[in-house]
Amino acid sequence: MSTKKWFGLALVVLALLALPLVLTSVGTAWVRITNLAILFVFLALGLNIVVGMAGLLDLGYIAFFAVGAYVYALLASPHFGLHLPFWIILPLGALFAGMAGAILGAPTLRLRGDYLAIVTLGFGEIVRIFMNNLSQPFNITNGPKGITLIDGLNVAGMNFTATHTLFGIPFTGPAKYYYVLLILLTLVIVVNLRLQKSRIGRAWVAIREDELAAKAAGINTRNMKLLAFAMGASFGGTAGGMFAAMQGFVSPESFILHESILVLAMVVLGGMGNVWGVLAGAMLLSFVPEFLRYTVEPVQQMLFGKLLVDPEVLRMLIFGGALVLTMRFRPAGLWPESRHKLEMNEEK
Amino acid sequence: MSGEVLLEARNIGKRFGGVQALKDVSLTIRAREIYGLIGPNGAGKTTFFNVMTGLYPRDGGEVLFGGVPLELGTPYLVAQAGIARTFQNIRLFGNMTAIENVMVGRHVRTHVGVFGAILRTPGQRAEEAAIRRRADELLHYVGISHRANDLARNLSYGDQRRLEIARALATEPQLLALDEPAAGMNATETVALRKLIEGLRADGLTVLLIEHDVKLVMGLCDRVAVLDYGEKIAEDVPGVVQKDPKVIEAYLGAGGD
Repeated sequence: MSTKKWFGLALVVLALLALPLVLTSVGTAWVRITNLAILFVFLALGLNIVVGMAGLLDLGYIAFFAVGAYVYALLASPHFGLHLPFWIILPLGALFAGMAGAILGAPTLRLRGDYLAIVTLGFGEIVRIFMNNLSQPFNITNGPKGITLIDGLNVAGMNFTATHTLFGIPFTGPAKYYYVLLILLTLVIVVNLRLQKSRIGRAWVAIREDELAAKAAGINTRNMKLLAFAMGASFGGTAGGMFAAMQGFVSPESFILHESILVLAMVVLGGMGNVWGVLAGAMLLSFVPEFLRYTVEPVQQMLFGKLLVDPEVLRMLIFGGALVLTMRFRPAGLWPESRHKLEMNEEK
Repeated sequence: MSGEVLLEARNIGKRFGGVQALKDVSLTIRAREIYGLIGPNGAGKTTFFNVMTGLYPRDGGEVLFGGVPLELGTPYLVAQAGIARTFQNIRLFGNMTAIENVMVGRHVRTHVGVFGAILRTPGQRAEEAAIRRRADELLHYVGISHRANDLARNLSYGDQRRLEIARALATEPQLLALDEPAAGMNATETVALRKLIEGLRADGLTVLLIEHDVKLVMGLCDRVAVLDYGEKIAEDVPGVVQKDPKVIEAYLGAGGD
């Protein structure tokens, strides 16, 4: 990399590090929104492995998020009286979610496209309904009431729920989570990029492009598909664990079909298969609705002097319209995978 | 050309519902020969190919490859054993570059897994570099190295055929099975293809060829088998097969009545 590139990178890192401090001055809510957006980027990048690289349409992806969240919740809350440290639970959540991914993958190996979508959709619902009903005969998930009082992160004796002051700068709880998420996100991006440019990533793309030819070219498509499901799911599980820690509360309501579709929309809108496109798509779909939430009402007040349309309705209308327009004019996504260009850049 | 037997198919049968696509087909291919499989449309040539390369499960019979029974029904094991194939209607990975297509072919001969890829271990880097180098060599070999970074779907028809052969070669096969490689090619391209196939043999490969272009088959192959309605009706050197009355009947219909 040239000095100029290093300089650019340093600027980006500095900006990212300073972001929560700036946002805190606007309102802590925005830090929380940013954190949630990063979680969605996390999810979208996990789903990108399954849908974008391996071409397996998964409509129940949020189930793995749920598995990760519940693993965290059950092992670090008064519900079972367990309070394991996060560095055990987060990997455990990823592991469980990965296993759930393989369990979903196994019976669907022969399915593609629409058929696979239907089965994965059903799987997502099954997981949610399980969470909803596993309060009897033994109370495991506490049913629709969910699990409360989940431990937050606790790094080196620093509790993440309280505000700490370092060098005279107050760091709120959400701001600290932001830094943890930023580290995790960097890891996920690196993993995604490296997998993409490996023999595993190529095998996934080959399966997406032509499964029969991939088989004939010597790829064990069964194992590769299971691996894609498990990898994608373990990302979802990690995100779920962080979600549980940040919110301090999980219930089945957070893991509805709508969320699966939202994550899928992020992947498709950004550009399937392209890590940076997916990142942009997830950011956009996380922030735009929040932005509209804060602007729709004041703008109406300003223009008409009164509230004509309910903000929530208008917000979804604008949001949906934007999605339709994007798909109409940029069907491959805002930032599509351009393998050709990637290859050229690699030659320097 | 009387090398040792490389592949021996014994009584291969395949049925699709009421249609007996293959009936007790047996044939032997010797090492380093170019073996032609011909027959009228619908004779079962491609079906035989698909059974042999593991894409279709077979209903009966077995295939011995280098004396070892092939695990049919699992294409990647067939590829691992050393049989590579191309398709009649070219099947490339359209949105991957030419060189990536060939690199996919190296999958079966390489080993680094997920963790190696994520951690980018020295072993992984070395293997990745070797994969790229080999893919580059193969593109040179089939003569399309100038298209290495173009998407496969943007290649010309003839180049796509060559790319498919390069991808098959990347799996380090002993037997290369080509399904109608000259289909849709003009005379110049066919001549070039012929040279390529002869070169493959000179480099130690055994080639199984399904082809409609009788002139190409007769000129190129050491031995030819003829399928008709799923049965083998002849197997010999081209000169003899050409004069076989059963073969002439299969192609032209029974003469005079």
